[in-house]
Amino acid sequence: MSGLWNAFVELFDTRTIATIVAVSSPLLFASMGETISEKAGVINLSVDGSMMLSALAGFVVAFEFENVWLGFPAAAAVGVAVALIVAYGSIRLSLNQVAVGFVLFALCTELSRFLGSSYVGRQPEGVPAWDIPWLESIPFFGQVLFQQNLMVYLAILTVVATYFFMYRTRKGLELQGIGERPEAAHSRGIPVNRLRYFYTAVGGALIGIGGAAFTLDVKLGWSDRPTRNFGWIVLAIVIFGGWHPLRVAVGVLLFRTLEAYALNLIPEFPSLSQVLPSIPFPLMILALVIVNWKAVLAWLDRYPFLRAILRSDPPTAIGTRFEIN
Amino acid sequence: MSLELLDIHKHFGPVRANDGITITVQEGSLHGLLGENGAGKSTLMKVLSGFHSADSGRIVLDGREIKLANPDDAIEAGIGMLHQDPLVFLPFSVIDNFVLGSPGSARLDRKKAARELSELCERYGFNISPDTPARLLTVGERQQLEIIRLLWLGARVLILDEPTTGISADQRAKLFETLKALATEGMSVIFVSHKLEEVADLCERVTVMTRGKVVGEAELPVPPEQLVEMMFGQSIEIHDRDSVPLGTSHLAFDSVRTATGLLSEEPISLDVQSGEVIGIAGMEGSGQDAFLRLCCGMRTPKEGTVSIGGKDMTGKHYRDYLAADVKYLPAGRLEEGLIEGLTITEHFVLTGEKQSFFVDWNAARERAVEQIEHYTIKGTEASTAESLSGGNQQRVLLAMLPPELTVLLMEHPTRGLDIESADWVWEQLLARRQQGTSILFASADLDELLRYSDRILVFFSGRVIGELDANNTNVEEIGMLIGGRRAPSSGSVSS
Amino acid sequence: MTSNRLLYALIPAGVVVVAAFGLLLAAGTNGFEPIKLIVEGSIGWPPFEEGTSSKVGDTVMVWVPIALASAGLIVTFNAGMWNIGIEGQIIMGAIFAAFVAREVSVSRPLLIALIILAGAVGGMLWGLLVGVLRTAGGVNEIFGGLGLDFVAASITTYLIIDPWSRTGVASTSGTDPFPDEALLPSLEGTRLSPLAIVITLVAIAGIWLLFRGTLYGLKLKAVGRNRPSSFLMGIPTNRYLLGAFVICGALAGIAGTSQAIGFHFRLIPAISGNYGFLAILVVLLARFRAFWVIPISFFFAMIAVGSSQLQLRLDVNSALGGVLQGTLVLSAMFGLGWAAHRFRKQAEAGAEST
Repeated sequence: MSGLWNAFVELFDTRTIATIVAVSSPLLFASMGETISEKAGVINLSVDGSMMLSALAGFVVAFEFENVWLGFPAAAAVGVAVALIVAYGSIRLSLNQVAVGFVLFALCTELSRFLGSSYVGRQPEGVPAWDIPWLESIPFFGQVLFQQNLMVYLAILTVVATYFFMYRTRKGLELQGIGERPEAAHSRGIPVNRLRYFYTAVGGALIGIGGAAFTLDVKLGWSDRPTRNFGWIVLAIVIFGGWHPLRVAVGVLLFRTLEAYALNLIPEFPSLSQVLPSIPFPLMILALVIVNWKAVLAWLDRYPFLRAILRSDPPTAIGTRFEIN
Repeated sequence: MSLELLDIHKHFGPVRANDGITITVQEGSLHGLLGENGAGKSTLMKVLSGFHSADSGRIVLDGREIKLANPDDAIEAGIGMLHQDPLVFLPFSVIDNFVLGSPGSARLDRKKAARELSELCERYGFNISPDTPARLLTVGERQQLEIIRLLWLGARVLILDEPTTGISADQRAKLFETLKALATEGMSVIFVSHKLEEVADLCERVTVMTRGKVVGEAELPVPPEQLVEMMFGQSIEIHDRDSVPLGTSHLAFDSVRTATGLLSEEPISLDVQSGEVIGIAGMEGSGQDAFLRLCCGMRTPKEGTVSIGGKDMTGKHYRDYLAADVKYLPAGRLEEGLIEGLTITEHFVLTGEKQSFFVDWNAARERAVEQIEHYTIKGTEASTAESLSGGNQQRVLLAMLPPELTVLLMEHPTRGLDIESADWVWEQLLARRQQGTSILFASADLDELLRYSDRILVFFSGRVIGELDANNTNVEEIGMLIGGRRAPSSGSVSS
Repeated sequence: MTSNRLLYALIPAGVVVVAAFGLLLAAGTNGFEPIKLIVEGSIGWPPFEEGTSSKVGDTVMVWVPIALASAGLIVTFNAGMWNIGIEGQIIMGAIFAAFVAREVSVSRPLLIALIILAGAVGGMLWGLLVGVLRTAGGVNEIFGGLGLDFVAASITTYLIIDPWSRTGVASTSGTDPFPDEALLPSLEGTRLSPLAIVITLVAIAGIWLLFRGTLYGLKLKAVGRNRPSSFLMGIPTNRYLLGAFVICGALAGIAGTSQAIGFHFRLIPAISGNYGFLAILVVLLARFRAFWVIPISFFFAMIAVGSSQLQLRLDVNSALGGVLQGTLVLSAMFGLGWAAHRFRKQAEAGAEST
């Protein structure tokens, strides 16, 4: 038991917290992207695959041109392309969003393995560390937040910007409107389907950048399916976070903390060394299961404050088509 | 602003919803648009508000022709529409609903907007707080929110589509007062309704539509009979009903009450006998739906007992009611009745009396062909449910009913049907009644209610406000009850 | 109108062929070479020549789990459910089968029967769990299933490393091979098991019959297409949803069993071979029709087995096989979607002109 406790205490080490923040950046990008897309009403189920393919694109471009910064736009472009296929299939051709997303997941995953096979093991130059002058010297916060690199700063900024955009701007409110009740948005003169294309593409770009943040920063280099399963986790975290950017971000940090805890436990349970790293995945899903459970919901209903924190309803029109007669 | 609609055509598939409509609305007038459900009023108004685009026709505003390709154009032109089900975003706050879609700075200034909202509320005597989530507003308050939003956006023509559906009598009085005030300020108001009394109450001029065409226009006031004649081609006269000897109790409610929401305030007691036809009146969402669901076990009462054929069925499952020959046909024929993608044959197999594990498709098809002939369904045994017209869907639903029925519960049995199908449906239902089936049907059509019911239950804001003997009442009395005004004890009988 | 219909049916097929060839050309091959290699690597070139029996055996034994899982998925898809948990159900089947194979010793026919039964039960329970989470817990089956996939994979890894680890060596590659009596009887020198083929064909025929000729199948379809209507007709909808997961899980469990005692002969970490997800693609391409599962899953099995040749002979990564499968399904989907879209447009235009 003391082992469990010690591993837990170790999590509060400033260095550990700084690492958790650092490794969260790819998931922060991707989960913001998926949040935006789903808020607009389009489920991009391909994340796991499109993140992988854009991770490859980012890596290859950065490696070949020997410039890490060129990798990110390339990855974003791949993410946009995949997202637009999902949007076109569901909006224009009225195909099932889930079906298109799943097939694209499978295709992109295999495509990344195929195209990336000759790059396995190659190392590009990663995103350089960049401490922010002044701020870095603040005790605790300096080390956690301001001794990172540009991509980590951008990830945090993306979260704040997504939140600000959605809840503080006119366009952001419209974004929520088209996912909530498209016919009402239409009656207010908002071009529902055009905006759905747009926001799905924006979401795809962020998913792509998230992929590149793996191969160019957090998990430098290319290997077979380096971002495997993280896309599914992103989808789960978006639900867990109730489609709210800040809560989704908290979900990402929580997930990464769980991972760190599981790693801390390995010395304690060496026989589980292979199993522990994958524990947060089922745990995350389990959390989702619990907050969705009707009995738990009924219980939560008695505590509105707790309910508001733990659970919220999806955008009403998520996954549906909108067509004007 | 004066407004002219000239020769508007709009069709959906083979249905001509608007077939050459021409209407003129004077500046600052209250203009009624009267017609039955399905007459094409809503379609016309959706064309006028840019929600749909017309196939052909012209719209002239203040002498200038305008093109309405989308709702944005209509808002720009100063035309605002309040939809029957107010198109608000339920989880969003009032203020977010207010500003959503409005032009202005990129950054939202909720404080400023809230001030303007409050000013408008004060001016029209509304009481809506900016921070309330819209889902907590009553339908009447949602309308108020939409009205001031449209005014704030600069609407000079205000269209209201069946606005009195689902609001209380007080709210309706308030609404009418507001509309009159707006008209004196020079606003042109188009009031769309199928309720004659309301149009007569409020409007200065009325256009009557039937089946996609304008059939009459008049300056108000005119005697109500004249309007009725325009709407129906004849005055409503109550036909002699075949009297069916009432028999045993088929459905009984003893002080039934639900836990929350509709029907939770006043307990309902009721005894429906074999062969009796009960009409259920009320504005949509007044509790009719909850009542019918209580009758068939889809909802469980908190208090009281429900019995079928004298047997206590309280708390039993829907399938137990089904086994007791209680059948419920909701209004949504393709949503809660038929199954898209399945053929007529498959529907008959699913609901057939004899259910064996292996399906004999040849026999099933033969039986389907017979039924199609017997019920004069326009379609083949291989037609899918969604390929049928509304009338034929209703025929299939009736054909799927088991031969023996104790209680039949129906919502809007003839909504959206042509006259021929509607008559046919009632022929079938009355034949059932002759066999002793008790029929309870909800309808928004007063004519239908008066013509076919023995008794009429009127629902208002979640309770039964009146129980009328159909032989001994009239349109006025029902209308008054529907609006929430208790009748001065005329033909009212209580059980 | 009919000529248009034909045209719209042919265009998607054309799209598929063009997409596949375009892909192979883009991969730096001449287009035909990889196809030939895939065929050669899976069933021999020319097909079914002498000396190819081992390859053919492998391909068939890859076809078995894909086809079984596809047959199961037809049931869940018809019930309107996305059973992404199929991977976990295959794995659970393999684990249950492995348990019996390791622990029970009775006469061989009885043992094989017990193992298959155990596998079916394992998959069924795991499927039922997804269904219960969905019907009683209100948890979307995609995420419930995905979570259970992770859990099943973790359990496998744990079993292999700790309780069932190989004697003497600490290895993550798999358990000790099962005793010979616990393996599916196969043709000399190959993995090919006639019993597995028979079971698979019977399962597919059963699913075909389920939806072609039984009331149960019709009710499943009704529930999948419209739950409120089905409920009003008196169909116990939740029970049917659970039934769909039970049937699918059982078939997936048998697929896992075949992987354990008919292909790998032991429990390995990636025992499912990703065939569950592959089966989803098969069923989407087969458009939920049981008969088409047989050839399509065989074709996919050929690609899966044959693409290893690409690596050896053309130095093209074997993932090209997976890319080819994905491209086929995606282009078929969009081709058909586009044709349906054009057809709708035309029908509308037709209605307008009358």
